[in-house]
Amino acid sequence: ICSPQNYPLYIRSVPTENELKFHYTVHTSLDVVDEKISAMGKALVDQRELYLGLLYPTEDYKVYGYVTNSKVKFVMVVDSSNTALRDNEIRSMFRKLHNSYTDIMCNPFYNPGDRIHSRAFDNMVNSMMMQVC
Amino acid sequence: AAEQGEGENGRCTTKLESMGFRVGQGLIERFTKDTARFKDELDIMKFICKDFWTTVFKKQIDNLRTNHQGIYVLQDNKFRLLTQMSAGKQYLEHAPKYLAFTCGLIRGGLSNLGIKSIVTAEVSSMPACKFQVMIQKI
Repeated sequence: ICSPQNYPLYIRSVPTENELKFHYTVHTSLDVVDEKISAMGKALVDQRELYLGLLYPTEDYKVYGYVTNSKVKFVMVVDSSNTALRDNEIRSMFRKLHNSYTDIMCNPFYNPGDRIHSRAFDNMVNSMMMQVC
Repeated sequence: AAEQGEGENGRCTTKLESMGFRVGQGLIERFTKDTARFKDELDIMKFICKDFWTTVFKKQIDNLRTNHQGIYVLQDNKFRLLTQMSAGKQYLEHAPKYLAFTCGLIRGGLSNLGIKSIVTAEVSSMPACKFQVMIQKI
């Protein structure tokens, strides 16, 4: 999850080896996200959706993006070998992320822009990732 | 002593406004969760006037004016927080206290949508009031 200023609010990966590689992938995919958003003004790409779809496939994995109306970016990196994952499932995962992020925003003890340290959020992400792996 | 009262009043208003700001941020996140992406600034202002205002105050903004250069005036002819007060001049000077939170609400909502602004409010005759939004171009 990245803030509107493009710094990370929350990063999680399973399994935890090669974590740095995933961080790097997320970072580079931010450029693609920005590209897609600015392209929306000119091309008649579906402007009404928050889900951005497959950002770009690499040799080992696929990257999906989603941007909220408050310019917060969600990026998901999935192993390419996981062919069972359909578009619908990715969309519903982003939905869940967005719902939980909204809950965090409404928490009066949370300052927008801080790193996210919420047990409920961690649990949600954990269970989501367990479902997939 | 009167000056102390004035200072206190000012601090309270600021505090109310900043509380409204934080609440506005959270509310906007929740309200825009399922809406489509906004096309432009005017689209966002219309959203504030219709959906946002309706959800919070159960009515829409009655009138939206703009000079198309970053200034918007939102007019509510029967502002919910003022309707319970007498419609005369009696409480005119106390009205700003009730508007401060709402100013913050608007400012917070806009800020979460990527718009920096200054929001002020004025009451000329109860219970109508006008919110002026000045967009800051960074």
